[in-house]
Amino acid sequence: MKYPAVYSTAAVLLFLFLWEAACRYYQVQDFILPVPSRILTVAITRAALLAPHAGVTALEVIIGILISLAVAVPLAVIMFAHPSVEKALAPFLVASQAVPVFAIAPLLVVWLGYGMASKVLMAAIIIFFPITVNLLQGFKNCDPEYRVLFQLMGADFRQSLRLLLWPWALPHFFAGLKVGVAVATIGAVIGEWVGAQQGLGYLMIQFNARLQTDLVFAAILWLSAMGMTLWFIVGWLEKKIVRWKFER
Amino acid sequence: MLRIVNLTKHFDDLIILEKFNLTVPSDGFTVLIGPSGCGKSTLFDLLTGVVPKDSGEIVWEQRRMNHLGRNAAYMQQKDLLLPWFSLLENALLPARISKTDMVKSEIKARKLFRRLGLAGFENYHPAKISGGMRQRCALVRTLMFDYELVLLDEPLSALDAITRRSLQALLLMLQSDFRKTILMITHDIEEALLLADELIVLTPAPMRIRKRFALTSPKPRRMNDPFLVELKERMLELLQEDAGLIIR
Ligand SMILES: Nc1ncnc2c1ncn2[C@@H]1O[C@H](COP(=O)(O)OP(=O)(O)OP(=O)(O)O)[C@@H](O)[C@H]1O
Ligand SMILES: [Mg+2]
Repeated sequence: MKYPAVYSTAAVLLFLFLWEAACRYYQVQDFILPVPSRILTVAITRAALLAPHAGVTALEVIIGILISLAVAVPLAVIMFAHPSVEKALAPFLVASQAVPVFAIAPLLVVWLGYGMASKVLMAAIIIFFPITVNLLQGFKNCDPEYRVLFQLMGADFRQSLRLLLWPWALPHFFAGLKVGVAVATIGAVIGEWVGAQQGLGYLMIQFNARLQTDLVFAAILWLSAMGMTLWFIVGWLEKKIVRWKFER
Repeated sequence: MLRIVNLTKHFDDLIILEKFNLTVPSDGFTVLIGPSGCGKSTLFDLLTGVVPKDSGEIVWEQRRMNHLGRNAAYMQQKDLLLPWFSLLENALLPARISKTDMVKSEIKARKLFRRLGLAGFENYHPAKISGGMRQRCALVRTLMFDYELVLLDEPLSALDAITRRSLQALLLMLQSDFRKTILMITHDIEEALLLADELIVLTPAPMRIRKRFALTSPKPRRMNDPFLVELKERMLELLQEDAGLIIR
């Protein structure tokens, strides 16, 4: 497989073609399932309507990610440095995984209102777990022989963290972040479904109620594009920052 | 002078060292040679505190200590270079951690790079160079420590004959010009004969001293010296005497 992109592009195009052909052949009505070409047209011609809402959702996701990082990174470091803290927090981390975070979306809206705050928090909570756990795992994954080397060089914890543990954990961190940005987008949209005045999730609810199915799909298309853009940005950052790993 | 008294180490029921005794004179070049798996690397690990000893004493310059700690520079059998740093950054790691003058350290490191045939590769990353070059870089890093005692675990094992020759000369210079006390493990009998002031042949685990040879002929030596040729034969016989003994 020299050109994996060729295969995946071909598969997607084939899928879209079959969709379009099937809808036309069986004359499926637009409000049930619009054809891909119509979705694309709507997504482009109604961009003026969709774009500002997409901006709101994107902002919620990005702020959510930043808040999550600001808490998760120091927490992972503290848990690594003090196993007792890790043991104490383990039940909470497991619980945050076991309880479907989406279920608390209505509560967040009650607590924080219809504005952006509840969606930001939703995104932040969802992304928090994979980042913390992956980073912690990355620290623990560090080869003990290197830790011994640093010990022999007389490095203190901060030096080991900066020069050894952090770079070592970075690939794990990015793996967590990549999973995180995808689910964070879902989190923000669910927050908007529950109650909001703007954002792509809010638009979808509105369009759905009026049976404007093509616009619902157009919103989903925008959402996917946004999620993929975030994913590629993270991938690009990873390639830039963890360059030594890709330059083999 | 380094004195090892009754040093004992068991790994579960595997006895590596049982009341092991060894004296290493200051400014001397002492070479340890012995079958694979007899416990040579473990001895160095115990001396430097990488692995805790069960019992016994380590005495350096009349001072009893738990392990040598900051008195010894230790080049481990694996190169343990950090993949995210260039060769120069790797070599400067000890200086950076001990907060030594970086300008002076860099001059010293660059000098060693030239001396070890690594000039021009300062900015390469470890993944992009050969095993022999990595080993030389690890040697530079070890020599960046300004400790009187240098422990080398098969430092030249991955090198071609020509590079090996010139690095043997470097080690001799290290001993004569910088008055370091060198304790080196090798599997190469000729290398041992060319470098050692004292050659110590070890038994399979539990490791004991099989025989000590004092070599007084001036250095640099050549292998065509009849005394060395004779000694080489005796050593080969000695090492083969123990049945099932593997010499790499
Ligand atoms: N951490 C450990 N736990 C258990 N056994 C160990 C450990 N480290 C080493 N050993 C065992 O101790 C023995 C001696 O190992 P060591 O690495 O010291 O041998 P060596 O003389 O350096 O061999 P080589 O010449 O192949 O490098 C081996 O049988 C090894 O399996
Ligand atoms: Mg060894």
